[in-house]
Amino acid sequence: MIRTTRRTFLKGGAAAASVALLAAPALAQAKARIIVLGGGFAGAICARELHRADLSFEVTLVEANPTFTACPFSNAVIAGLRDIAMQRFGYDVIRAEGVTIVQDRATAVDPQERRVSLRGGAGFGYDRLVLAPGIDIRWGALPGYDEAAAASMPHAWKAGDQTLLLRRQLDAMADGGTVVISAPANPFRCPPGPYERASLIAFYLKKTKPRSKLIVLDAKDTFSKQRLFQAAWQQLYPELMEWVPLSNGGKVTSVDAKTRTLVTDFATYKADVANVIPPQRAGSIAEVAGVADPTGWCPIDPVTFESRLRPNIHVIGDAAIAGAMPKSAFAANAQAKVCAFAVTALLRGEAPSPPKLVNTCYSLVAPDYGISIAGVYHPTGGQLADVEGAGGVSPADAPPDFRALEAGYAEAWFRTITAETFA
Amino acid sequence: MRERGDPARRDGWVRVLRPVVLTIFTVGAAGAAEPPPGASSCSGCHPVSTKVEAPVPTIRGRDPAKIVAAMQAFRSGERSSTVMGRIAKGFSDDETRAIAAWLAAQH
Repeated sequence: MIRTTRRTFLKGGAAAASVALLAAPALAQAKARIIVLGGGFAGAICARELHRADLSFEVTLVEANPTFTACPFSNAVIAGLRDIAMQRFGYDVIRAEGVTIVQDRATAVDPQERRVSLRGGAGFGYDRLVLAPGIDIRWGALPGYDEAAAASMPHAWKAGDQTLLLRRQLDAMADGGTVVISAPANPFRCPPGPYERASLIAFYLKKTKPRSKLIVLDAKDTFSKQRLFQAAWQQLYPELMEWVPLSNGGKVTSVDAKTRTLVTDFATYKADVANVIPPQRAGSIAEVAGVADPTGWCPIDPVTFESRLRPNIHVIGDAAIAGAMPKSAFAANAQAKVCAFAVTALLRGEAPSPPKLVNTCYSLVAPDYGISIAGVYHPTGGQLADVEGAGGVSPADAPPDFRALEAGYAEAWFRTITAETFA
Repeated sequence: MRERGDPARRDGWVRVLRPVVLTIFTVGAAGAAEPPPGASSCSGCHPVSTKVEAPVPTIRGRDPAKIVAAMQAFRSGERSSTVMGRIAKGFSDDETRAIAAWLAAQH
């Protein structure tokens, strides 16, 4: 850190000499330049907070898509309970606020020269780079599951066309059909997500196609909010749903998109609708930038979110290895704000103070039945760890009005976090 | 949040250059005070804008004593909640006071 700062001093010193000689025009070019790659729940709010923290910062947000499609609540879209338009958010407000938005995709990062190259041909230098690339699918990690296979067996783990494809397939399926969901081993985006999805698909089937069956094939024996989910399934969808854990042969070892079959060590499942949630890794630019480790995810300093592998590059959100913090939108948002203040401090030559972060994550098992998990985290032993005695899940014995209250809070959370990020 | 400098490094050319860096990286409006540990997470659920329709209250610009009292009541269970009890248990009284003071200063 000190060496980095000194290098900054040297560059700054040279620039300052020019300033002294050439006066005002050169001064503008010496503003601290920060590039944020990725305009999701982590990147978009990080760019805004950096801009607000110091209006002299030149903050550039690079995002390939003109609009963002949010994953939280996309399971409700899949179940036919919500219009996908409610998931879409634009960047106009962020742009109007003073953040430079470049609609392009980063193709290369030069950590030595501190330079990002974009597909469109442009290049930008930076003093600090923030990567918020989310996830990419690890194509081929599950034999038979490649991009072509995803066109018939959607993952729907990045919201958008895949979400709508899975919705259409469920809509077209006859009553009495079999839906199979394949859930991956840890770590992956949104740990309770496969189980919320299973719940809401079960809700849809129970209501409109009650002779159908839903099977969840799981590469794990345990999962987030497990007892709450299983109690709710027993109560709401007892005949319809089956969860097959790893120890009962739940791990899918290959798929065949042509026949829509999923193979485990013990059985072959023929699906009418197959939702394959495949193994994942940090968005590909992380590997390009050299900040992903052999696991495919990005080790970070828990105070600054600076990469352990490359100086001056920070990684936030799903791509980061954030210790006890899950890969959730709430966590991404919390990390983004902490990172923005840390980057601000570093650019001013100050030491960032150790943060505390919160995660709160709601899941719906039915439209009026919400459950939650919360946690408080702090840097300990070089990693983000749970604050002992805090956090946990909704009570197991809560009455229906408590579940309904949490379902309402879930929707309010979505409105709040998307407003903070995009409005 | 102004640079105060590190006395141990205030010698030689570093001392000469350090104020120059300041000039370069803090030109323009000074930013808001850095939030104390945990404070920036609140707005994940508590709306910053009153335009957001939510059953969860906005907590910026409030009397800090009331925020501290509410957090203590959530922590002890005296005040019932869904998630706030679980979150309040992660913060000491000192941390809660710092968060409440920062929230009060936001607008």
